[in-house]
Amino acid sequence: MNLKRTPLYEKHVFLKAKIIDFGGWAMPVQYTNVIDEHKSTRTNASIFDICHMGEIKIKGPQALAFLQYCLTRNLADQETGQIKLSTLLNCKGGIIDDLTVYKTDENAYILVTNAATRERDYQWLKEIQQNKNYDCLIKDISDTTGKIDLQGPCSEEILQNISSADLKNVSYYHFVQSKIMDTKATISRSGYTGEDGFEIYAPASQINLIWDKLMETGRPFGLKPAGLGARDTLRLEAGMMLNEQDITEDISPLEVPYGWLIDWNKDFVGKSALEVFKKNGPAKKLVGFEMINRGIARHGYKIFSGKKEIGIVTSGTFAPSLNKAIGLAFLDKNFSLPDTVIDVAIRESISQAKVVKLPFYKRQK
Amino acid sequence: MSKPNPANRLYSKDHEWLKDNGDGTATVGITDYAQEMLTDIVFVELPDIGKKVTQGEPMAVVESVKSVSDVYAPVSGEIMETNKILEETPELINQDAFGEGWIAKIRLTDPQEMKSLLDASNYEKLIQEEKN
Repeated sequence: MNLKRTPLYEKHVFLKAKIIDFGGWAMPVQYTNVIDEHKSTRTNASIFDICHMGEIKIKGPQALAFLQYCLTRNLADQETGQIKLSTLLNCKGGIIDDLTVYKTDENAYILVTNAATRERDYQWLKEIQQNKNYDCLIKDISDTTGKIDLQGPCSEEILQNISSADLKNVSYYHFVQSKIMDTKATISRSGYTGEDGFEIYAPASQINLIWDKLMETGRPFGLKPAGLGARDTLRLEAGMMLNEQDITEDISPLEVPYGWLIDWNKDFVGKSALEVFKKNGPAKKLVGFEMINRGIARHGYKIFSGKKEIGIVTSGTFAPSLNKAIGLAFLDKNFSLPDTVIDVAIRESISQAKVVKLPFYKRQK
Repeated sequence: MSKPNPANRLYSKDHEWLKDNGDGTATVGITDYAQEMLTDIVFVELPDIGKKVTQGEPMAVVESVKSVSDVYAPVSGEIMETNKILEETPELINQDAFGEGWIAKIRLTDPQEMKSLLDASNYEKLIQEEKN
């Protein structure tokens, strides 16, 4: 199979990154090693090639009405320049995607989607639009949009050197449309690492220039590229879920920590299914756990309480900043309270773990 | 760059090394090339003392942040000793795969099995082939 390449692919090869297949994309999993890249993000800053993620533009007189119907989150009070996280559901109330909504103007939005779900999202949005005749344009602009994440405590200082935006006035989950050197760019204070930082969107044709300029400017600050390996351990420590791994279309927002993304006072796709679900209460819940015994729980490992099977691990890793093994798991709701001791089947033996509150890691502000 | 593969060892195609102790036992570990491929090793599961292992079958597990890999027994035999320090400091394998990062000592069932292993120069060739 031919893997898709981002505009930055040649850089990763030049830097001798280890390249893996990530949802059909040839992506760098690490440049040196995951632990160094992880720690460097927490202490200094890292840049990540995130060009594989999707961007879908929604524009037109009924853009807001359309998104209000498609998404679970209420966007009525969203200001231009603000981002909101939301879920996009199927008719059964299952999560197709968890995406961020950028309001760029009145009745103009950009949805930032997961890489693997981008086409599914687009088709589903088109289908909903056609069924209900919403007057708005839906355009997949992923191929012409490049994205770099700049994450870590030094991010603002680095980026301010090359951006005309006044970054200290860009607050969390807000963005500005500005310039980096001479290139138009959208810069948001957001990310997927639990650190301060920015997501930078610019034309795909200019993204190599921005990468180079960031690397040059960031060098005195210890800026280094980081791969998807570190991205995964960083997001997991921050208690963030990964689509297609922790969440699938069979999972509803009520079973994962996404209940807060639902506005029950409006109509949206999947609502009636969710209401039935809400009345009965979900049988399982996604929770965080940390290992008590030695061992690392991995995706797919089964969880027991004595002989009774009570759940399954969806994400698990060694957490470099916490120096212990952590993970996310679906557990029978009767075993989902913090401090509950659970038994994880690791190969031929059982290792104890306990349920803990999310996130595992919170940065000092 | 990998460290040179010592000439006083034998090597398996699965990237384990074996040092014949000359008394019917052998010390085994994974090669420097293997640790370099795995990168940051964060967990080692050692076999129990007395466990019978079979040539080419899993005898231990090493995990990096991202991956779980079996360590295969380069020869058949009984586990005499394991490098318990690895339970606390698995990164010793990254730092010194041919030395302090040894994994276990095995009492060989059949010393003839060592003939199926590679010497340092043939193992070096194998690595070069894999790299290309």
